[in-house]
Amino acid sequence: MCSAFLKGIALVVVLALPASARELRVCADPNNLPFSNERGEGFENRIAAVIAEQMGAEVSYTWWAQRRGFIRNTLREGRCDLIPGTVANMEMLRTTAPYYRSGYVFVTRGVDALDIGSFDDPRLRTLRVGVQLIGDDGSNAPPAHALERRGITGNMRGYTVYGDYAEANPAGRIVRAVAEGEVDVAVVWGPFAGYFAPRQAVELSIRPVTPGIDGPMLPMVFDISMGVRREDEPLREEVDAALKARRADVDAILASYGVPRLDRTEARR
Amino acid sequence: MRSGVLLLLALLSMAPALAQQPAIAPPPSAAPPEDGQWTMPAKNYASTRFSGLDEINTGNVKGLQVAFTFSTGVNRGQEAAPLVVGSTMYVLSPWPNILYALDLARPGAPMKWRYDPKAEPASQGVACCDVVNRGPTYAEGKIFYNTLDAHTVAVDAETGREVWRVKVGDINIGETTTMAPLVVKDKVLVGNSGGEYGVRGWLKALDINSGEVRWTAWATGPDGDVLIGPEFKPFYENDRGTDLGVTTWPPEAWRQGGGNMWGWISYDPDLDLIYHGTGNPGPWNHEARPGDNKWTAGIFARNPDTGAARWFYQWSPHDVYDHDGINEQILLDMDWNGEPRKVLVRPERNGFVYVLDRTTGEVLSANPFHALTAISGVDLKTGRPHMVSEKEPKTGKVVRDICPNASGAKDWNPSAFSPRTGLLYLPHANLCMDFEGVEPNYIAGTPYVGANVHMKPGPGGHRGEFSAWDIRAGKEVWTINEPFPVWSGALVTAGDVVFYGTMEGWFKAVDARSGEVLWQFKTSSGIIGQPTTYRGPDGHQYVAILAGVGGWPGVIVSGDLDARDKTAALGFVGAMGDLPQHTTKGGTLYVFRLP
Repeated sequence: MCSAFLKGIALVVVLALPASARELRVCADPNNLPFSNERGEGFENRIAAVIAEQMGAEVSYTWWAQRRGFIRNTLREGRCDLIPGTVANMEMLRTTAPYYRSGYVFVTRGVDALDIGSFDDPRLRTLRVGVQLIGDDGSNAPPAHALERRGITGNMRGYTVYGDYAEANPAGRIVRAVAEGEVDVAVVWGPFAGYFAPRQAVELSIRPVTPGIDGPMLPMVFDISMGVRREDEPLREEVDAALKARRADVDAILASYGVPRLDRTEARR
Repeated sequence: MRSGVLLLLALLSMAPALAQQPAIAPPPSAAPPEDGQWTMPAKNYASTRFSGLDEINTGNVKGLQVAFTFSTGVNRGQEAAPLVVGSTMYVLSPWPNILYALDLARPGAPMKWRYDPKAEPASQGVACCDVVNRGPTYAEGKIFYNTLDAHTVAVDAETGREVWRVKVGDINIGETTTMAPLVVKDKVLVGNSGGEYGVRGWLKALDINSGEVRWTAWATGPDGDVLIGPEFKPFYENDRGTDLGVTTWPPEAWRQGGGNMWGWISYDPDLDLIYHGTGNPGPWNHEARPGDNKWTAGIFARNPDTGAARWFYQWSPHDVYDHDGINEQILLDMDWNGEPRKVLVRPERNGFVYVLDRTTGEVLSANPFHALTAISGVDLKTGRPHMVSEKEPKTGKVVRDICPNASGAKDWNPSAFSPRTGLLYLPHANLCMDFEGVEPNYIAGTPYVGANVHMKPGPGGHRGEFSAWDIRAGKEVWTINEPFPVWSGALVTAGDVVFYGTMEGWFKAVDARSGEVLWQFKTSSGIIGQPTTYRGPDGHQYVAILAGVGGWPGVIVSGDLDARDKTAALGFVGAMGDLPQHTTKGGTLYVFRLP
């Protein structure tokens, strides 16, 4: 498993294309479902295919672990031109209009009937709480900051978003930790929870966190866009137009992966 | 006749100085007499980076000229020290970590062989930072070094044949190896990098003949893992107790606590102790890991045979600034308040030059060499630094003028000590930083808000300094201001010449006593390497340096970062935006000699 993933990471995989075909060169992680993997099983793979179809192009991939240096080594090196998922208005990129909005959610075991929906729930002080851990100096996943602001540190357990890359979909580990009873509640980015929760042996419950913005500056809700190089305005416009034209297809794909949507009323249960 | 007069004058002028100041010198066992070679990056176990060669001196250094050059074939940050063993030079490239042997006995120093360890290409994508390597080392007919994909290799120094290659870490969890190993007796000592990914730090001792792991000393966790036992006698109360590597963390946080050992190791053969630092705690921001977070951001003395810890001292308990404690330690013997002491000198990230008793771990002095706002001093009674709480970074809070910045007053790049002048030659930065709130970011499919760190020049407006430091007095003797942070190592010789390089690519020779720049040469790319010197097969002295900008401050050039993105490389790009106007990528060895 390990070597198969690793070999793919730094390779530029260009599909055989007819000479006339246009190419949409996508930068993506080969091992990070539900977003993408090298078998094309992620929702970003599928949405990229829809966008390419709309543009009359074929998708080719540059696979690279989405870690520090991802943008530098892929998009900036000119190996590929489009990052299918990133936060809107990210400084390093030019980003499209957002195509979905999701949020961090509490994941608990259905059988426990905890139904936690707020960082101010006093039970968070005693339960075992798993959070996603970023580990970029001085910054972390917003839920980690929200908990530590409340002094909830002793019972917090971190799961690095990088995980063990030798495993399939390493970021799914935190959801499994709830299912297996390693923690009682986990605070997880929506798309991970929506995808991995139904795939566990026990029933898990998902509920968006509140408050949506914690303290003065800590958002729990993010708009997600596609990104291109900052100077690549023509491509951004084209991708924007394609996302707009294929709105219904994109929404259907996101729904089929269970992505919790906060930009659609029907998702705000 | 003329030189005789000069010698007499020199002796006369030195005599009073020698009379009034007792000598400071490395222990002879850790710094053997000059043999004209350079077999380990630090030159000797005492890590003085002092050469006894004196053919090149203050009087003639201005005539230095290029003897030969050699391209490493890799245009990334070149941090390695060129080694010389017998009549062969060994040059190591950044990833893919190719080792070259150059034949110094033939004109132009042609390549004898090259060794390619076939380092995993994926290590570029999975590894955290730049793809640097801090150099190989030589012992018993073999060259030892680490590759970025967490392997250690032993290569036959004569033939370039691989003797052994062992996996020491796992790049799948973000673990890499970039440090220069040190060989002590029959063991090769190596440590890991990767604290930002939550990789737990370790130092391993590998068998010199087989590469098998003989012991592993973890930086966090239970005493058994840290190799703390009955021999452990730390000087300060703070460091005494059971399993502090567990109890000074929130539950379980030590498992991903960092403390990685990616820097330097020294060895005292008389005390039979090795000395090594530990990196910053990770990967939590500090508010989520209350406690001292032992044994991160500190220094250990250990028995090299067993790894058993003898003492520990923590530079930065509960580090909040990313201040890895992995810099070089220079071992010296000197009088301290009228008493002979075996000391260890450490210029540290937090802006202080520490003098420690290396037998006990007691801090004898700690004096600042950098503008400071975040830390006001070190309590010599408790050993603890006085931190300025208003400067502590907090999520969402704007804090300005934190000095030193995250990369510290001085990073990994090593200083040099001359027993002739008694001075430490200190390449360092002059940088501060602002925490300006947060901005959205995204990694591994996960959005978050990152600290918006803005690094900037310190007082005076320049970003780097090269200083001579009086260890006894704890103050600067002279300083050269540099426009960019000085990210190269230093070398000092018995010719009383100090060498270092700048990020624009100047390789400089300086008078060790006065700080006067006597000679400089503009290389092809910025310098972040370690200068070395040797006596060639022709009997003459040569000086070698690798040029090739990169590393944390230089990644704006080597990684083609966008100067408009001021927060890239943790805010370092903000302070280095003009570097691409001064230098381009490179990877070239330069070797100089007198005409």
